[in-house]
Amino acid sequence: MKTEQKEHILDILDKGSRFDGRKFDEMRPVEVTYDISPNAEGSALVKIGNTEVMAGVKMSIEQPYPDTPENGNLSVNVELLPLSNPSFEPGPPSIDAIELARVIDRGIRESGCIDVKSLCIEPGKKVWTVFVDVCSINDDGNLKDAASLAAIAAIKNARFPEVVDGEVNYKKKTDKSVPLNGVPIEVTIVKLGNHFLVDPCPEEENVAEARLTLASLEDGTLCALQKGGQQPLTTEQIDKMIELSVTKAAELRSKL
Amino acid sequence: MAYEKRFDGRAFEDTREIDAKAGVVKNADGSAWFKIGKTEAIAAVYGPREIYPRFKQNAKEGVLQCFYNMMPFSGMGDRVRPGGNRRSKEISMVITNALKPALDLSEYPNSAIDVFIELPKTDAGSRCASICAAAIALADAGIPMKDVVSAVAVGIVDGTVLVDLDYAEEAFEGEVADIPIAVIPSTGELTLLQMDGRISKDNLIKALELGKQVSLKISEVQKKALKEVYEVQNEN
Repeated sequence: MKTEQKEHILDILDKGSRFDGRKFDEMRPVEVTYDISPNAEGSALVKIGNTEVMAGVKMSIEQPYPDTPENGNLSVNVELLPLSNPSFEPGPPSIDAIELARVIDRGIRESGCIDVKSLCIEPGKKVWTVFVDVCSINDDGNLKDAASLAAIAAIKNARFPEVVDGEVNYKKKTDKSVPLNGVPIEVTIVKLGNHFLVDPCPEEENVAEARLTLASLEDGTLCALQKGGQQPLTTEQIDKMIELSVTKAAELRSKL
Repeated sequence: MAYEKRFDGRAFEDTREIDAKAGVVKNADGSAWFKIGKTEAIAAVYGPREIYPRFKQNAKEGVLQCFYNMMPFSGMGDRVRPGGNRRSKEISMVITNALKPALDLSEYPNSAIDVFIELPKTDAGSRCASICAAAIALADAGIPMKDVVSAVAVGIVDGTVLVDLDYAEEAFEGEVADIPIAVIPSTGELTLLQMDGRISKDNLIKALELGKQVSLKISEVQKKALKEVYEVQNEN
């Protein structure tokens, strides 16, 4: 079945069309809704076509790590909920969920968009920890880009809670947001035959030969990379994929 | 001093604002969203499908498995660690027991009916909201049932019997009883009964009767959500 479907998908790609009729570099409609969960310090719902993910930010005051006493902490977690796909199982996070969370984490961390020093309250004693949790609601392909967009949207939406005598009062938010220098956006490109596609649907994801997830900043600086899939890539191919990814990142950034 | 006016101004027999929608998760065989006040639940049904591990299978009928989960950012206060805890396990079990009596799973021997319930935001009443969402989702999935189960909390605050306690009422420092119930609306039978607090027998019976009446109103909202999905399809 898989080979037959792959032959079909490749066949129509060679004729210039995709499985669901889109252009090779065409994303499905992207929609971002903020403030979907008022108990969170920040939250967002991202839809890409029928793919849907929610992300929320919780902030708490904790002790810094001993080797970085003046830095706040960032923690990114992804839950591939069994609600969102019949093949996702309840229980500890799958390797896909772990990979996804780590790639989003790297994109945000390495971009330097969050100044971790600004999250310090008292060096060596008290710093803010920013927890970003992403939950999949419906998986109709390209959870990766939806999840990372939701994560950065929730961070943008976050407001610090009030602190009274060193204790966090979660019932009241201040108007202080998390200072951001730059907005890293992740775009995944999949390779099928000689073709490069953005925003793969599940059928394309299942038969893709290789994929490259890339986080980039406004000026085109790359801040995270992750190659996936069974087949190798040449530098020429990587070059093309990067160009496509950075172009699409600008499109996604405009949705925030 | 008795509790004469509710913190949020509602009448004692009024719930917070309720809304529901069926068919919200495209991948699922049936799904629903249910909201009561600031609490929201999304339920998705997958099944009948194969059951793992195999020892869980039942040759006589399908096995209903409900999974209740709060999203890590959903609660008031600290982040909820993902992966479940004793509370979520117990709630999953009582939700399963609350829904099962209304279902006929005899057509699905050796299979699982999985119901995944996720809470993006919570503010008291999350197990009842979960049951309401799950019941709509099971109906949307076409699982045979004698009725769509409804659930609501009833209780007493400082001497006054009321429905649908909110967070402030649950946390009231004085006489409080919080009694989540689930009802098969057409028969008035209870399928969930738990209590946190202290109450006299007379007041308990009074509270349960009130809960049964209110569950009929909730039932209307649940059925309306189902009709909205299926009436549109009939017109096409």
